[in-house]
Amino acid sequence: MSMDDRQRQWLQSDPWAHLASTTPARIALGRCGVSVPTGETLRFALAHAQARDAVHAPMAVDDIAQALRAQGFDSIRVQSQAVSRDVYLQRPDLGRRLDADSLARLQASASEPDELVFAVGDGLSALAVDRHAVPLLALARPLLEAQGWRIGPVVLASLARVALGDEIGAALKARAVVVLIGERPGLSSPDSMGLYLTYAPRPGRRDAERNCISNVRPAGLALPLAARKLAWMLDRARELGCSGVALKDESDAILPASPGMLADI
Amino acid sequence: MAYTSMLGTRRYRFPDLKTLMARATPARAGDRLAGLAADSAEERVVARMRLAEVPLTEFLGQALIPYEADEVTRLIVDTHDRAAFAPIAHLTVGDFREWLLSDETDSAMLARVARGVTPEMAAAVSKLMRNQDLILVAAKCHVVTRFRNTIGLPGHLAVRLQPNHPTDDALGIAASMLDGLLYGAGDAVIGVNPASDSLAVIHDLLRLMDDVRARFDIPTQTCVLTHVTNTLALIERGAPVDLVFQSIAGTEAANRGFGIDLGMLAEAREAAQALRRGTVGDNVMYFETGQGSALSANAHHGVDQQTCEARAYAVARHFQPLLVNTVVGFIGPEYLYDGKEIIRAGLEDHFCGKLLGLPMGCDICYTNHAEADQDDMDNLLTLLATAGINFIIGVPGADDVMLNYQSTSFHDALYVRQLLGLKRAPEFEAWLEAMQITRADGRLLPQTASASLLDLTRGRL
Repeated sequence: MSMDDRQRQWLQSDPWAHLASTTPARIALGRCGVSVPTGETLRFALAHAQARDAVHAPMAVDDIAQALRAQGFDSIRVQSQAVSRDVYLQRPDLGRRLDADSLARLQASASEPDELVFAVGDGLSALAVDRHAVPLLALARPLLEAQGWRIGPVVLASLARVALGDEIGAALKARAVVVLIGERPGLSSPDSMGLYLTYAPRPGRRDAERNCISNVRPAGLALPLAARKLAWMLDRARELGCSGVALKDESDAILPASPGMLADI
Repeated sequence: MAYTSMLGTRRYRFPDLKTLMARATPARAGDRLAGLAADSAEERVVARMRLAEVPLTEFLGQALIPYEADEVTRLIVDTHDRAAFAPIAHLTVGDFREWLLSDETDSAMLARVARGVTPEMAAAVSKLMRNQDLILVAAKCHVVTRFRNTIGLPGHLAVRLQPNHPTDDALGIAASMLDGLLYGAGDAVIGVNPASDSLAVIHDLLRLMDDVRARFDIPTQTCVLTHVTNTLALIERGAPVDLVFQSIAGTEAANRGFGIDLGMLAEAREAAQALRRGTVGDNVMYFETGQGSALSANAHHGVDQQTCEARAYAVARHFQPLLVNTVVGFIGPEYLYDGKEIIRAGLEDHFCGKLLGLPMGCDICYTNHAEADQDDMDNLLTLLATAGINFIIGVPGADDVMLNYQSTSFHDALYVRQLLGLKRAPEFEAWLEAMQITRADGRLLPQTASASLLDLTRGRL
């Protein structure tokens, strides 16, 4: 049993706890001596544990495939050349290449050329795509079909980095590929999904030739808004004949924040 | 020129100096990813033994990245101070380690040779040093810089207050600023990473922080960590810019990846100095670096990531910065895999920076996909504080809710102050006491709802 704060004389609380409603930051934690009280120490540990689990969990491929079927999407399963989660985390280059079987399977598939291809990849948080990929696709499809896009099969890619979409798109002769992928999880956001759009995908495309819609999750960029942004950007990419730095999201730039270093996925 | 070494009947051959240095580097993910790491533990130590025999003068004759191809190499070569180098000119890398550690080599001698040491020499000797060597020598190097206060005095530790918010919300940022100030943090800088790239938003953030600073007459500096071109544009618009921030790397090509070159940094420094906003000094630059940035930009020229990092310090040194911060664990496990690699890299970066004469700080941090946790950060914090680091980062509760990584907290700074008796920048320490935030001995005083800093947000909620 925990004592009430009045009995815990060693605990110094902060008289600005009311400011906590203005920010998700961990402010007004109070202190025991100079140290963080027990409750917050454990809450932090729990958040870290959840983020770690999100990084290491495999994508629920069967569940996603089933949910896609229920929405009327076909799916194809592929895998990168990273053979394990451990290799994946240390060798981003392998996560950007399809293994030989997967490449052959895509090339043999009956997909029509010039379609829009979606690839769903685990990235750094399978939890993100487990939760948000199918709902996002269901929201985006009517918008995209109204714009005249033909949507190909959904590729479910395990141990995937963003650039794996280039090889997937090229193998399917896609006009554009959109990679839905789990972003680097934060303590307060273990399930943030990124959408990476590449027009005329082929291996060797640079990051500057893509566009990104980041922080897609209910508590971040809500799914319906993300779907609208995606449709807007795909339309614009088709007009311009390219994606990347030439394509500015003029409605509201949503680029991943970075302190200057690359937060590679 | 190739380097060879015999171990028993086995002959090791390293085709050039950069390969010898890469093979000698303590194991880390980024060098494995680049294909530069030693193939075996034995090869790594043999490479160190061979590197120990290399004369320091050889680094002056052999550029690891060609002079013609890279403006960072040109900067290193063209600004090398031969007179400062003279006392160590006769040494090999192995001798240099012993010279650094010897009782006779004191702080003043280290300061005198700093301009004679190239980044490659610093990186090379660090590869022969154990963690305790890196700590002991760095602790002898004192680098003091000034803007509105004095940072880097022996026995002192400053904190950058990092009040980031996922949507740059003014009230949210003000709340984190208050939290930090009332925990006695913010003497290195109050520096926010903006979520937005919009000049209007960044301008508002600069005004917000400068208003708080001016209203309470806080002897510190503020900064929005945005691209140097944004800061220049904002200076032209009359924004209250104290410091110019920029991420920098150790090769021209990697800097191009950041969208900068040396000329732009010089221009920005001149523009900020012309504002004359510093009261006790005019160090106006704030740089961030981190091992792996050159490899990440595919711009490493076959040079190991720690040597590339040391070369970034040559860039920083040229502009006499107030603060240089190695963001050691941010870039991810493909460069530094786990707590052991992050801790080693943090100590190397601090040592190399201090040896070269830089006001080194460290963002002691990790991401959730690295094999690291708070215990590793506690270790590195304690080690760097004993090594005399100039400043660390302070984020509320160690959780950066905008950049999605974990750094050190205001509480962490208090821990290490108490443990090692480290003081804040003197001007800031005096201000805290006058504001009744701390006692005369620097310990926090209990706060009440009437604390004057809390006026900032009163009536706004």
